[in-house]
Amino acid sequence: MHIMEGFLPVTHAVGWSLASLPFVGYGLHVIKRILQERPQQRMLLGVATAFTFVLSALKMPSVTGSCSHPTGTGLGAILFGAVAMAPIGLAVLLFQALLLAHGGLTTLGANVFSMAVVGPFAAYGIFRLATRLRLSFGLSVFLAAAVADLLTYLTTSVQLAWAFPDPNGGFLASFGKFAAIFAVTQIPLAVSEGLLSVVVVNALKRFNSQELQEMQVLTRQEVQA
Amino acid sequence: MKRYKNFWLLCGVVILLVLPLLLVQKPDPGQGEAEIFSGADGQAKELVTAIAPHYKPWLEPVLQPPSGEIESFLFAVQAALGAGFIGYYLGSAATAAKNKARS
Repeated sequence: MHIMEGFLPVTHAVGWSLASLPFVGYGLHVIKRILQERPQQRMLLGVATAFTFVLSALKMPSVTGSCSHPTGTGLGAILFGAVAMAPIGLAVLLFQALLLAHGGLTTLGANVFSMAVVGPFAAYGIFRLATRLRLSFGLSVFLAAAVADLLTYLTTSVQLAWAFPDPNGGFLASFGKFAAIFAVTQIPLAVSEGLLSVVVVNALKRFNSQELQEMQVLTRQEVQA
Repeated sequence: MKRYKNFWLLCGVVILLVLPLLLVQKPDPGQGEAEIFSGADGQAKELVTAIAPHYKPWLEPVLQPPSGEIESFLFAVQAALGAGFIGYYLGSAATAAKNKARS
């Protein structure tokens, strides 16, 4: 999902940066409030950040014969809400843009929007919906993280297709081509990300169930189950 | 089953990682694409060049890792830092839970 440095026209680069800015700004405010009001959660916030760090560094092989990486932003969104993940995703993407030539400063806005805005919002929404439908806790986490991962890559495909419509088939033809690279490759990886998120959440549930309950991630019945 | 839930979940991830390696055949060296398991990000970049051949990227990356080795070193550092922190947190949480249960 990293659009390479310089690979978005200036107007798109500026547009996506402006679109991501309010999420990052409000996200910073939310994180500050978490640290002030519930300082005991600062380590857990670190875990959410660390998870994104690990997963976005792991390039995994896929059935399409190419490699891609998960994003890891779904877990944090389930724990802290969607908007808290915007500045965290920005930090990870900045590290990769500056040191690894992976992504870039001109495409940072677009990459933040797909990985740290669309993904987390999808994860949070799906998790809440699945909980309301009384799906099991593990299944809810799995669906949230996996679908968020996939939607991140679909967003990247939309961004690239919008910037580079096919000369014959226009936006849709171009979207099909980019999605063939990104989305299909991503399906097994999204499943992996879902499974890994459940692994971490299971461990948290075992040792920190009270904290999760305070954060309204777990209900009382689920702790006892 | 419930007790080893995380173990089975991790087995699932391993299977998902190994299957592609077994399923994808290496193409004949004579036919065009000789490389398999290249990065999707790089393929998208090539597709941009194919769709818009006249497009010139207007900025180069600030720092380019001087070789593939350095690049994988930096990726490994990134993963190690993250995994180290998660391991530290879970370790101390497990110890705290154990101490609480004992007292």
